[in-house]
Amino acid sequence: MQGRALILGERKEGKLRQVTLEAIAAAKKVTDGEVIVLLVGDGVDAQTRDMLAKYGADRLLTIEHEALKQYTPDALMQALRMAVDHTQPEVIVFGHTAIGKDIAPRLAARLGAGLVSDVTEIVQKDGDVHFVRPIYAGKAFEERKVEGLPVMLTVRPNNIALLEESTGRSVVEETLSIEIQDVRSVIEEVVKKATSGVDLSEAKIVVSGGRGTKGEEGFKLLYELADVLGGAVGASRGACDAGYVDYALQIGQTGKVVTPDLYIAVGISGAIQHLAGMSASKVIVAINKDPEAPIFQVADYGIVGDMFEVLPPLIEAFKKIQSA
Amino acid sequence: MKIVVLMKQTFDTEEKVIVDNGTIKEDGVQFVINPYDEYAVEEAIRIKENGDAEVVVVSFGPDRTEDALRKALAMGADRAVLIESEQPYTDESFVSAVLAKVVEKEAPELILAGNFSVDNGAGQVAIRLAETLGINHVGAVTKVTLEGDTVFVERDAEGDVERIRTKLPVLLTAQQGLNDPRYPSLPGIMKAKKKPLERLSVSELGLDDISVRTTVTHRYNPPKKEAGEILQGDIATQVETLVKKLREEAKVI
Repeated sequence: MQGRALILGERKEGKLRQVTLEAIAAAKKVTDGEVIVLLVGDGVDAQTRDMLAKYGADRLLTIEHEALKQYTPDALMQALRMAVDHTQPEVIVFGHTAIGKDIAPRLAARLGAGLVSDVTEIVQKDGDVHFVRPIYAGKAFEERKVEGLPVMLTVRPNNIALLEESTGRSVVEETLSIEIQDVRSVIEEVVKKATSGVDLSEAKIVVSGGRGTKGEEGFKLLYELADVLGGAVGASRGACDAGYVDYALQIGQTGKVVTPDLYIAVGISGAIQHLAGMSASKVIVAINKDPEAPIFQVADYGIVGDMFEVLPPLIEAFKKIQSA
Repeated sequence: MKIVVLMKQTFDTEEKVIVDNGTIKEDGVQFVINPYDEYAVEEAIRIKENGDAEVVVVSFGPDRTEDALRKALAMGADRAVLIESEQPYTDESFVSAVLAKVVEKEAPELILAGNFSVDNGAGQVAIRLAETLGINHVGAVTKVTLEGDTVFVERDAEGDVERIRTKLPVLLTAQQGLNDPRYPSLPGIMKAKKKPLERLSVSELGLDDISVRTTVTHRYNPPKKEAGEILQGDIATQVETLVKKLREEAKVI
């Protein structure tokens, strides 16, 4: 394809999210055309501009408005429709994030477009682009083709490799002004519950606990380990059902599917519904008292032992590395 | 008030998924209401119990879907609509258009659905339907409170909680933690057998000409992961070995 690609860029606490750069790389696999990143809400700083240029964006489109600083479907739809009218893209890419997966279907319905959600890989076959996505939380995979234009997709964080960094590029910048009208949802309050800045689905390292953590005390150690590694904490359904942690942390076929570089499963037996949510992680470490636990079947490295004996020296060992 | 709940019948999450020649084998599989849709059904029934509402459950699927709809009726829904099709449609645009046709006719004030289905997992159908019908939506809700036509919801946004105020009509998708779905009671199960269940076909809805926007070209099981290595020695040695392997062999630290 030769048409333009439009990407909904996302920032978290002012910083460009990695998934936006992954979305650029995904767009490049679909089209040779110009890659345009849309950022809404606040103005754009030099660091963001620089990152976008380095990782393949050709153009940066900014739409600033007070109503776009927080996500509501109505406000973002108005900005997206303006960007689509302005750029006439043949490819539209979102991150499969809280915002991306919530807004992409609305825009797809509005445009009468095909949307492939949660794409993990893009392959060319007989001149066609096929999108690979997990089904049944990764128990199986399917490939899909999109009929007609535009081609829309959401990409799962941590799966599409970034383009090679190229220095000396710059992005062409353009700002559109917008009137936002009739926003039907009002955000009255945002309660920050995520304990670290790292989002579970985007984290490079996930430390996850099950019933074997025995509750709060065990999870305290997991948070300590995650902090040292700069990772996020997850949990099995067992741990969530037992009330040890919030359901927002659940990993599995119900809950979130994660594909970090390193997944450390602590006190998790490895029920099939949990394995579906994490077995595509690049490296898996299992720590469990029960040598027969099914989690060891998918683990690259296993330690048979009590987490309360294993974790403290492990945390110390990682601390030593980090300070070295 | 009328509440429509969109639901789907799915594999139980404890089931293995075996792809044979591009088709997912269903022999001997236990089917359930998609867990996220079950939260939606439960929430609708709770709203009905706290006030006055009619709860209509709507599903698009093969004949076996009746079991899931009957379970929702046994939980307390009032009636069901099944758009029956033995062809396993995966294109969300198509499925959404079919459901929208029925929902439009029902003209509910509130539409509830699951955040996503545990089989296809795209989470597109309900949100597309909201756009098609021109109504607002809030995705991934963990709490719903109605006060007249004002709706207060809590939404899970990557671990943070957003408190949102909106108005009816609205479509909400249910996230885990919204509620604890009830088991149908015996009298509930008996009553459900007599509750109305309307069957429709895609042709009857005048949707034969709708084209799909995506097609599945290939389906497969991922390569089986080989079991790795159980580390040996006392705890101190194992910890030391693990850190070394993560740094030098796996290169992830």
